[in-house]
Amino acid sequence: MISKKSQTFALNNWRSRETVGKLLELIASRTRFLKTPVKIMEVCGTHTMTLHRFGLKPLLKQVGVEMISGPGCPVCITPDYFHEAIIDLITSQSNLIVCTFGDMTRVPTPKGALQTVVPKKGSKLQIVYSPEEALELARENPEKEIIFFGAGFETTIPGITFTAKKAFQEKLSNFSLLTAFWLIPPALEAIINSQELAISGFIYPGHVSVIIGEKPYSFVAQKYGLPGAIAGFEPADVLLGIASVVKQLKDNKPEVDNVYKRVVRPEGNTQALTLMSEMLEEVDADWRGLGVIPRSGLQLKPVYAQFDARRRYGLKLLPGKITASGCRCGDVIKGLISPQECPLFARVCQPDNPKGPCMVSYEGACLIEYKYSSGAKR
Amino acid sequence: MCLAIPGKVISLEGNGTGKVKYLGSTVLANFSLIPDLKVGDWVIVHAGFAISKLDQKEARRTLKLFKEMEKLSAIE
Repeated sequence: MISKKSQTFALNNWRSRETVGKLLELIASRTRFLKTPVKIMEVCGTHTMTLHRFGLKPLLKQVGVEMISGPGCPVCITPDYFHEAIIDLITSQSNLIVCTFGDMTRVPTPKGALQTVVPKKGSKLQIVYSPEEALELARENPEKEIIFFGAGFETTIPGITFTAKKAFQEKLSNFSLLTAFWLIPPALEAIINSQELAISGFIYPGHVSVIIGEKPYSFVAQKYGLPGAIAGFEPADVLLGIASVVKQLKDNKPEVDNVYKRVVRPEGNTQALTLMSEMLEEVDADWRGLGVIPRSGLQLKPVYAQFDARRRYGLKLLPGKITASGCRCGDVIKGLISPQECPLFARVCQPDNPKGPCMVSYEGACLIEYKYSSGAKR
Repeated sequence: MCLAIPGKVISLEGNGTGKVKYLGSTVLANFSLIPDLKVGDWVIVHAGFAISKLDQKEARRTLKLFKEMEKLSAIE
């Protein structure tokens, strides 16, 4: 039996040709009054995927909107030296189980990728779906040391942090986290201030917003006069967001709109926010492509240092030598070039043999472009 | 990484966990970040954690908007 409720949430409702067509008409009726193309940044890699997968980019171009991919792929913006530090550790120390999400294992660095290096005897790499699996491994293997290596934005941070809290409560002495935790709002401000791009507005990441709510974006409208909308990930969701941004531009009334109200509450997920402020503190963080952005990262507070692999194993997270591979991931992340403008794209850099993280991650702009762009110069 | 799909809560398993069914598969998810979930609720699950409960009223409102869009775009 299909309940009314499941029909309400059925994905078809957000994907139909009729709805998409009507939304494009609506956008066109608004961009008529604007200087085109209107450049809008979709901050989140999952939005990039929606735009390509459903063929929306060329359709949007026809109605005067150019979408630019932003830095919203945690695997992409995590610098190589995080990977190199964990590679050094797993290849030199026995008795470790390093757990991480699948795509993290494939990022190429001068020292190889986690997936291809040979761990020291007695150590191994384990791909997990949830950080809780790593915690469970720690409970089951008291003689081993378990490290969860996780990169993530506000969406992913609470789940990973939850495991540290559990480990603290259960006094698990063999569990720690190597975290690359990134915060979206400070990165947005860095992009606006870099003034390398003439961006007219933002589509804010829906699932980051689930956690942080609407308020953390308000500076974009108030301080910089730029419109934005929190949007979901179905085609109609993204188009609703774009329709809102162009309306704000047309009316010259920038704000933080939320067109993903079925999922995002104005105040965010207060449970998750409380957990984060209890366990974590803000730090300056180094983003691939964007450089060091003040207070744009989070790490465990000193009182939880024993669960912080960085401190526990004395990991040195320092920028290494930049390799001359020619990979321009950094410029793709900043939105300065499209993947096709990178000289390596689709020639030497391919999903089977990626030269940089943007071709590794499912949310990486290069992999998405490679997969879905039929017009790619290959 | 921020991919998260709506799923339906089909059971509560205690210890702040429960089973969620989406796109034909059933997964065990952690419900600690959303208090008071019930069987039949729809949730967004990300990396093993339910991070948001779907609001049916808001979903209906958006669907209604789509239906009315024809009129709406004519007015603009």
